Amino acid sequence: MTPELGQLALILALLLAFAQGVLPLIGAWSGSRALMSIARPAAAGQAVFVMLAFGLLTWAFLSFDFSVQYVADNSNLALPWYYRIAAVWGAHEGSLLLWIFILNLWTLALATLSRNLPEIFVARVLGVLGLVAVGFLAFIIFTSNPFARLLPMPPDGGDLNPVLQDPGMTFHPPVLYMGYVGFSVAFAFSIAALLGGELEQAWVRWARPWTNVAWGFLTAGIVAGSWWAYAELGWGGWWFWDPVENASFMPWLVGAALIHAQAVTEKRGGLRAWTILLSIFAFSLSLLGTFLVRSGVLTSVHAFASDPRRGLFILCFLAIVVGGSLLLYAMRAPKVAGGKPFAVVSRETAILIGNLMLTVAAAMVLLGTLFPLLGDALNLGKISVGPPYFGFLFTLLMLPIVLLLPFGPYLRWGKSDVPVLKKVMWRAGLAAVACAIVAAFASGGESKAIAGTAAAVWCCFGTLLYVFKRWREMPAGRRYPAEMAGMLLAHFGVGVFLAGVLLTNALSVERDVRVAPGESQSIGGYDFRFDGVHHTQGPNWQGDQGVVTVLRNGSTVAVMHPQKRTYTRGQVQTESAIDPGLFRDLYVALGEPMDASQPEGAWALRLYDKPFVRWIWAGGLFMMLGGFFAAADRRFRTKRVAVTTTAPAGALQESRA
Amino acid sequence: MIRAPSPVGAHPVRDHQAKRYARGRAQGALLQMLCLLLFTGLAFAQAIDPLPFKDHAQEVRFQSLTRELRCLVCQNENLADSNADLARDLRHEVFDLMQQGKSDEQIKQYLVDRYSDFVLYDPPVKASTMLLWFGPFLILLAGAAVVMVTVRRRGRAAVTVTNDKPTEEGDDW
Amino acid sequence: MSRLLPFFGFLLLVVLFGFGIWWNTQHDQREVPSPLINKPAPAFVLPKLDDPAQTVSRDALLGKPYLINVFASWCIACGEEHPVLMTQGKSIGVPVIGYNYKDASEDAKEWLSKHGNPYDMVIVDREGRTAIDFGVYGAPESFLVDGKGVIRYKRIGPLTPEVIEKELKPAIAALSKEAP
Repeated sequence: MTPELGQLALILALLLAFAQGVLPLIGAWSGSRALMSIARPAAAGQAVFVMLAFGLLTWAFLSFDFSVQYVADNSNLALPWYYRIAAVWGAHEGSLLLWIFILNLWTLALATLSRNLPEIFVARVLGVLGLVAVGFLAFIIFTSNPFARLLPMPPDGGDLNPVLQDPGMTFHPPVLYMGYVGFSVAFAFSIAALLGGELEQAWVRWARPWTNVAWGFLTAGIVAGSWWAYAELGWGGWWFWDPVENASFMPWLVGAALIHAQAVTEKRGGLRAWTILLSIFAFSLSLLGTFLVRSGVLTSVHAFASDPRRGLFILCFLAIVVGGSLLLYAMRAPKVAGGKPFAVVSRETAILIGNLMLTVAAAMVLLGTLFPLLGDALNLGKISVGPPYFGFLFTLLMLPIVLLLPFGPYLRWGKSDVPVLKKVMWRAGLAAVACAIVAAFASGGESKAIAGTAAAVWCCFGTLLYVFKRWREMPAGRRYPAEMAGMLLAHFGVGVFLAGVLLTNALSVERDVRVAPGESQSIGGYDFRFDGVHHTQGPNWQGDQGVVTVLRNGSTVAVMHPQKRTYTRGQVQTESAIDPGLFRDLYVALGEPMDASQPEGAWALRLYDKPFVRWIWAGGLFMMLGGFFAAADRRFRTKRVAVTTTAPAGALQESRA
Repeated sequence: MIRAPSPVGAHPVRDHQAKRYARGRAQGALLQMLCLLLFTGLAFAQAIDPLPFKDHAQEVRFQSLTRELRCLVCQNENLADSNADLARDLRHEVFDLMQQGKSDEQIKQYLVDRYSDFVLYDPPVKASTMLLWFGPFLILLAGAAVVMVTVRRRGRAAVTVTNDKPTEEGDDW
Repeated sequence: MSRLLPFFGFLLLVVLFGFGIWWNTQHDQREVPSPLINKPAPAFVLPKLDDPAQTVSRDALLGKPYLINVFASWCIACGEEHPVLMTQGKSIGVPVIGYNYKDASEDAKEWLSKHGNPYDMVIVDREGRTAIDFGVYGAPESFLVDGKGVIRYKRIGPLTPEVIEKELKPAIAALSKEAP
């Protein structure tokens, strides 16, 4: 009975989303307060039913209801309860339910925190969000129903894909979707601005905190995915330029451009049309990501089961939403360039250059991801586009941004003094060169290590220079407004990230070795002593566990336990052992016994020493924090519009006396 | 001794008739998932495969070469990481060719002759990939032109240096 | 006017995606077209299944076209293809040579005796080394080789009656038109 309730809840949610989408927009256009005021209640109602549906699906998993097809496909009696919850979003239908659930979270937040915004604007924003919700709910109800029944009910289910049975994987989709879906808010703001003819000039200031928070979540989601791939999947790799990874990276790049463009528009009035266009691009790329993963148009590790019917549905939805927005943009975007003028040497110019590089990078990733499809369409043959292409071009395109980064806070709006900038250049440059020389000696001339050190010090030290300047020049309490703190954190994070990427790339060592129990192999100054393999088991798996003792200069650094697990349905999964560290990770994966009939004998192992790999994710987390801090700035909290009354000042004074 | 039949290394049943479509697709999806995990219980080839390299430099060269090649069975993985039987065979092939003194280019050409450009993750620069390799550069040029025009246009009006008084717009820093 | 640029760019993208969805219904995305079409088949020398002392080579087979069918006892799709070969093998018009790929010979013999042997002869590639030269990446696959030893057609996946009628037989017919 309850799964059908879930279906009913979704249908009711669809109706309410329809009301939320259509009526307030009509009200805003016709000036009807009654229609506009439907927006918040409708949003609340939709949220109630979507959450109900989500809760019912979760309950179905927790109570082992294998009469629901989706539950039977993705869980079984041995699956621990925490992974049964994760299984709710482990496959296509449930992940869409998560999507709409998170859209409702954002909508509710917006409905609650927008009391100080003009009603007509809020009506439009909520209306747009409602229309997006209509699309997703319709998609779920008509093509991807998570509550479909499986009768007769099987005694036990399939299994959640073992690679998904991992904390990182549990965390990654919800956080990622918070980012993906969060860009719908910036999108809705922009559409509302286009519809309203930008009568409310402050709309960009209202949009900024939402955009920064969404971008922060997306950063965290990508970091979580990368960390999970490293720990679970890719033999020590952390980014593969896989189509679905690219699908999350493109909105991130455009989002980064957007948060900077919004700053220019809010503070200087310029780039109004570009900011709107970027908001549309960011959300479009989110939707595009949804399309790519589920339509089967591209092969990917990540892809959910593909189905042309679903692909066609999303494509139509994509065409309507994005096509409609771009048409609206063509018709209503500001035609005349506005805003305060600025010189060549100014923060505006730097942000423009940064925007250019980020947007071209996003376009490059899109081109590379779609090129195999283009190759089929134009009969160019079957071409692969992989890390050598993306990594090379991306590095080239990011170079100007890295070079400009330390100057960001020092540049003034409108016109900047060159001497100040020259000082920054010399100081940061000197520090970078000095550290690069040290790196050259320490790494034995590894060019990527030298470049990574130089770039990281350039960015981090350059950013710290400004931190010190503010500390010296401003009184306590006024030194670091939240928006500035966010910027400094994020820029610092870029440096940390660069260090991680280039140093890991240059200095990682990987070896496949065969070892008998008691024997040692060494890499990177560490000795790995293999102490044999024994049997072990978990809640829903059996496995072999190896013991590897790591020594450095004779003393034990770590004891590692790489595993090979066989899950309830027979799938085998390698659980690599990782010894994490601030400056290096040690990583051991268990292979096969050299002689299958002698598991007490020698085994094949893969050993890694990965210096600075955690800095990659640390850098990402700094960037995420930067986004969140920037959003928290007091400037962005909307004040209640002052109501002018005619109460005489005298009366107030009298009452005090 | 009969080995249990396995879809590993088998092409999914492919038929354009609708009733077999789902099964063909399901086998394709199954293959994908199996490639993600290790294969079910059989004696399978593993990506962990100690080979007798002459020295560490040769091992590093092997690793970077196999990372640039696509596995044709597990098409989402590179040759270095794939557990498929064919991947192991091809890795050994690459190893043998390296021992014979062939260069990276020659080894890649050897595989391209047999499996087409699809096996290269680094797309070759030829007529059919002009758009891929030069497209981003063209977009960059177009964008740079727009930026230059914008900056020049904005610079024409009088520009005043902002003072440090805090403003509503927060453009004082 | 330039404001419409993003819209038209997006339209192109939609067309591309629409094509992609359609293309996927017509093709197997995993299929890798062979670069060996119209190139000489590798100069293979492989032992026969029933008599490993005897070998078969490409040069020995020159003169008349033949079909190589890559199969293995562990391959499920080969089991689906097998009945088609049993019923239509003879009607194809050229000899069908079974190519046992990465299989234990006893398993292959047992499989053939259980299901029937549609092949004019069966050669064995135990390690799959020669198969790499053919660009084989799975089973079943079929290669049409002409009288001069040149590969003229490759089928990736099982042979079905439809494929035999629409693709294989016309390819064979084209061969006979040009042969002197």
